[in-house]
Amino acid sequence: MENNTKRYWRGIEELTNSPEFVKHAHREFGDAPIANEKGEALIDGTNTVRRDFLKVLGFGVSAVALAACEAPIKKSIPYLNKPEDVEPTIANWYASTFIDGGDYASVLVKTREGRPIKVEGNKASSVSKGALSARMQASVLSLYDNEKLKGALIGGKAADWAIADKEIIAALGKVATRGGQIRIVSNSILSPTTKKVIGDFIAKYPTTKLVTYDANSVSGLVQANGGILPSFDFSKAKTIVSIGADFLGTWISPTEFAGQWAKTRRVNSAEGGNKEMSRHYQFETIMSNTGANADYRATYKPSQEGLVVTALYNAIASKVGGATISSASVKIAHLDKAATDLVATKGASIVVSGSNDPAVQTVVVAINVMLGAYGSTIDAGSPVNYRQGSDAEMTAFINEAKAGQIGAVIFYNANPVYNHPRGAELAEALPKIELTISTNDRADETGSLCKYNTPDSHYLESWNDAEPKRGFYSFTQPTISTIFKTRQTQSSLLTWSGLNGDYANYLENVWVSSLGGKTAWSKVLHDGIYEPAAGVASNVPQTIGLADAVASITKNYKANSDKMELAIYEKVTMGTGSQANNPYLQECPEPVSKACWGNYAMVSLATAKKLSLDQEVELDTLEVEVSVNGKTVKLPFIVQPGQANDTVAIAIGYGRTKAGKSANNVGINAYPFASVINGNIAFSNTGDVIVKATGETAKIARTQTHNTVMARQSVVQETVLSAYKKNVEAGRFKPSVLTSEGKKEISAENGNKEQINTTGVSLWNGHKYNNHAWGMVIDLNTCTGCAACVVSCNAENNIAVVGRQEVINRREMHWMRIDRYYSSDADVEDAKGLEYASENPEVIFQPMLCQHCNNAPCETVCPVLATTHSTEGLNQMTYNRCIGTRYCANNCPYKVRRFNWFRYYQTDEYDFQFNNDLGRMVINPEVTVRSRGVMEKCSMCIQRIQAGKLEAKKERRRPKDGEIQVACAQSCPTDAITFGDMNDETSEITKLLNAERKGRAFGVIEEINVKPNISYLVKIRNKEEKVVKEEGEVKEHA
Amino acid sequence: MTIMKRLKNVSLMAILVFFASVASVKAQDNAEGEQIFKNNCSTCHAVTDEVVVGPGLKGISQRRPIEWIVTWVHNPQAVIASGDKYAVDLYNKYNKAQMTAYPGYSAAQITSVIAYIDAQVTAVVAPVAGAVVAGAAPAAGSSNGGMMQYVMIALLGVMVLVLVALLSIVSSLTKLSTITPDSIEGQKIPLLQRIAENGKKLTANSAFKTGAALLITLLIGKATLDSAYGIGIHQGYAPEQPIQFSHKLHAGQYEINCTYCHTGVYKGKGANIPSANICMNCHNAIKRESPEIQKIYRSLEKDEPIQWVRVHNLPDLAYFNHAQHTNVGGLECTNCHGEIAKMEVVQQRSSLTMGWCIDCHRKTEVNAKGNAYYDKLVELHNSETKEPLKVQNIGGLECSKCHY
Repeated sequence: MENNTKRYWRGIEELTNSPEFVKHAHREFGDAPIANEKGEALIDGTNTVRRDFLKVLGFGVSAVALAACEAPIKKSIPYLNKPEDVEPTIANWYASTFIDGGDYASVLVKTREGRPIKVEGNKASSVSKGALSARMQASVLSLYDNEKLKGALIGGKAADWAIADKEIIAALGKVATRGGQIRIVSNSILSPTTKKVIGDFIAKYPTTKLVTYDANSVSGLVQANGGILPSFDFSKAKTIVSIGADFLGTWISPTEFAGQWAKTRRVNSAEGGNKEMSRHYQFETIMSNTGANADYRATYKPSQEGLVVTALYNAIASKVGGATISSASVKIAHLDKAATDLVATKGASIVVSGSNDPAVQTVVVAINVMLGAYGSTIDAGSPVNYRQGSDAEMTAFINEAKAGQIGAVIFYNANPVYNHPRGAELAEALPKIELTISTNDRADETGSLCKYNTPDSHYLESWNDAEPKRGFYSFTQPTISTIFKTRQTQSSLLTWSGLNGDYANYLENVWVSSLGGKTAWSKVLHDGIYEPAAGVASNVPQTIGLADAVASITKNYKANSDKMELAIYEKVTMGTGSQANNPYLQECPEPVSKACWGNYAMVSLATAKKLSLDQEVELDTLEVEVSVNGKTVKLPFIVQPGQANDTVAIAIGYGRTKAGKSANNVGINAYPFASVINGNIAFSNTGDVIVKATGETAKIARTQTHNTVMARQSVVQETVLSAYKKNVEAGRFKPSVLTSEGKKEISAENGNKEQINTTGVSLWNGHKYNNHAWGMVIDLNTCTGCAACVVSCNAENNIAVVGRQEVINRREMHWMRIDRYYSSDADVEDAKGLEYASENPEVIFQPMLCQHCNNAPCETVCPVLATTHSTEGLNQMTYNRCIGTRYCANNCPYKVRRFNWFRYYQTDEYDFQFNNDLGRMVINPEVTVRSRGVMEKCSMCIQRIQAGKLEAKKERRRPKDGEIQVACAQSCPTDAITFGDMNDETSEITKLLNAERKGRAFGVIEEINVKPNISYLVKIRNKEEKVVKEEGEVKEHA
Repeated sequence: MTIMKRLKNVSLMAILVFFASVASVKAQDNAEGEQIFKNNCSTCHAVTDEVVVGPGLKGISQRRPIEWIVTWVHNPQAVIASGDKYAVDLYNKYNKAQMTAYPGYSAAQITSVIAYIDAQVTAVVAPVAGAVVAGAAPAAGSSNGGMMQYVMIALLGVMVLVLVALLSIVSSLTKLSTITPDSIEGQKIPLLQRIAENGKKLTANSAFKTGAALLITLLIGKATLDSAYGIGIHQGYAPEQPIQFSHKLHAGQYEINCTYCHTGVYKGKGANIPSANICMNCHNAIKRESPEIQKIYRSLEKDEPIQWVRVHNLPDLAYFNHAQHTNVGGLECTNCHGEIAKMEVVQQRSSLTMGWCIDCHRKTEVNAKGNAYYDKLVELHNSETKEPLKVQNIGGLECSKCHY
């Protein structure tokens, strides 16, 4: 795809236009083997032999014919004693709190007849501000995971809770009496009351110590900030520099940061509208979600990280007249420019680093102090509690365990055997510990090695509180009674301490006394939040030990290294792997690589060439063997444009072995490859890293080049800020046609001689929307590609998970996908430039869903009128009328229609969310579960529209703007999606379109005149207009 | 005699008109009282002397002062606890079953309920007269239907006559054509033989054979299609329920408001089958010993919900929302469910096919009055046409109104 200035591509294969790619591009529905090894014909995409299929079909037809004669008797079973506030078929919403380790969000839980079916952000919270990540959206499905423990286990066998308690109390008593050490190993605990419970436990067993660690540790950052994690506010920043911190995707509290970041990126084309943007520099090893959204981006190798920070320090220091520090220099593009901007916007600048090395973070603190960031963009006065882990404590614990010095250990929702680099050592040491207890929800890698499993309840079944930020509280209340015989760990700890095990009561007592009454307690539970205090006055931390830090950096980092290095990263969709058995997350493509169901070794194109790895099209790739300091794994490799050369990157979160069907043996576990710098875990390894091809081929489920854009020109549009300031229509692609009078621009108005109005020409009468005209605007400038909308859509619309093989077969069912395009500044004609295009391309994300065209090409080709247009501007899809010709998908220019190849529910081949009674509890009863043989696509959440309209009609009024929200718009952490009624003059969308119609708004491929009801806003990069190729600035410092 | 009859009719009319006007005046005051009474009180109290669960309320305004009644309704327990003799006696008389408190109703509202009860007593003649009139309407209706039948039968008769006439013409013509001057015997051939011969001739006629075959095929085809269309349609379906609950008794005789049990019908998608605790509101006092009621007790004891058999089954692919039709559309329950109040066993009265839904959406006018949601739509519609705004005019026939 090209437009007037740039060439866009979605993968290397598309850029090079390899024959394999071309072959696949023309096969819209993918291919599947047509015969098995015995040569028997197969049914498309399955292992069913065609003959067998016909036999079954014959039986099926007669069975159906017989069954049709008599209607099955359906039972209607009412409540025996209906709870007063539950009205069947009417949803109830409860405020609660999502907590997974240190990940936090205040949520609203939608329940139907007592079943939670969807979580959405609680906008009342001033901490999470109603934003949820993909993982939080998916968490509702984890509630109904059938592979969780169904009760207490003793020695791997089901046991009575009472017996388990008795034995545990006896064993704890024994350990305590002989003075044995007891440890509670946990991830960050956000709940103050849980900490109080642990305090009670410690009072009873004084040899107990709480060991906190985080799988994605930031303990280096905490150390450098004097033991606290300051809160960052990107919304106040004019210049943002991130050195390896994926703060929009995975770093600390990404949804919160994404919201703040977007505030500084939102522009408005109306006269007097905001036309200023922050400038975002990203220096990193891999192409992260954040890097993909940065204005300027450059790469470094993990071994250079410390020196990049010192180089930035020196660049700034020399500009502000401070003392520079002595360290080796590195050659990193844009670094000096970043320093110039940071200094220019002093007081509104922020530098963050993803490094876990306290020495590096100390320099970052020093930089931020120089820039006056503390007190404006960084607030040390109201620290956050998201990460409290200490790598040193955890290392000490593992050493003690190995030495046999631990008498008892309780793993409180922590799985270090899997997610700690020294997990294997811990696994060996565990048998030496007399009493091992795991409260993890399943008998996972750690839990299965423990004698007692006392499973904790899911957060949707629990009572709890949380203090994500000092003085900001949030509450968890159960939205369903425990599904299995699980018990909250707080109750367990209270019971084992010999106290009353009723944690709900305990929590209530604590809060009633601190709030001063039951009414107040009920109110905060109802609101889900309690925010009594803003933080104390911000104090600027002392930069202590800068010299030591620099010395340490000089020792640990190298300016130049030819060696292969390993980068370990966290995927936006999978995180640390705590929810790995969640099929929604497994199938959600990672924003940048667009790969799902597993991890892989990523290398740059140059490195791939160096290693003689010839990548073919996205489905078939080569298997490589990555060995790090002697540890070896085999996994498929992919070429990742924009990655640092001579590095290989592997994601954590995969390679679970005891998490459940969806997670087990999907990918490999990358945690053991992490190294240690300054006593802290570093997600990189600069040791002996060898990558070589094994000679085998491998497949990756990757959606990036499914549904090619063919030769369309105006799919994504972008410009730079300076051009936009001059002309709000900068970057807009204006399609033109050749007429007898020469080339003319297509316009809706026929304004001048250069324009021609072809948009008014139509074969159809057009549609008239008297009532509502639903529409959507997606701002490409604030969309970060985080995929929260994708998972939210899945959960709202009962979208089937199809599994790895079916994704490989190009049959994923997502109604909403996020297209990711790479582009380069090189001239379209410049072949040589394109060769290097993949070195560091620009990235643009584009959420793509049914465009609800007013001249919909799908509607005209349906032979059975299963897809029609509504009087409210929606393109409707009627499943029960569809006969599956797939003409509509063929004719859809956006390729947003999905064909249901199989029955993805109640079928053992698709053993994901809909294959057991428990999993089906998550189904949204307002939306049909589609069967095989029908087309499906985005319905613009018609069920929500209808429900919203009905609510308004019942109250005898018009719907209020914002009252009806579609799932994707609701879930967007950056508010990039605006949904509403374009007929309502007061609505947000009308205002936005009024401002942008003569500005940034465009319809995708508008030259084909399908008139979509979804508009996109041009992406704007805060870059210099004419990009001067900076061949890496060389800055020499004494 | 006829004059007498006429006079009687006139006087009856006059009385009716009088009562009607009285009733309409009173109705202003009593409408609210009636509403409240029917929704809350009628489950346990009758307006007559009859004891339902609690005492009959006839003459209550004479028996007790209004202040007492208000206090009692607001909080019966407090009145009993205060040692009020009348209250304590009442409590003991009715097996110490306590009346539900209604603290939400104002004194004025309670007074309006009493006014309604009193009006029922004074209007005791009116209902009788009303009954006659009310009875007349269905009678007219049924006579209308009967008339239709007569017309049909008459038409059929005419058609038979026409057929006979035509046949006789045909036979005479055939006769004329076959009779030759030299075969006088022709006329002497016995009738039966002639019919047989003609029959033979007819069966030999290929055109006739084809026609007959076509006719039979068409008939069979039609029968098959008709029955095929009937698959999945369960009009008249009246399954046996685990408990022999009679709507005729509850909704008909006792006039319990539908929403008393079907709590969701104005609020949400489902009308809701009542939970056992709703049954227990009354049946913890009335007819406890009945074997059917015992079943409810048993299920409560065993903690097993009652498995009612679903009568109205819409396929999962169709979305139907009660509130849209009852609350917004203002439709009566009987519109789709038929005369439930007369059904001993509930049966499916309507076909519930898509054609049936669509048909209604074509015909029905939008209940737009007093609903600001529709204001602009009505205005737009009226500017274009004089036809009333029907459901189909606002997208009521669109697929995604029911299928998503």
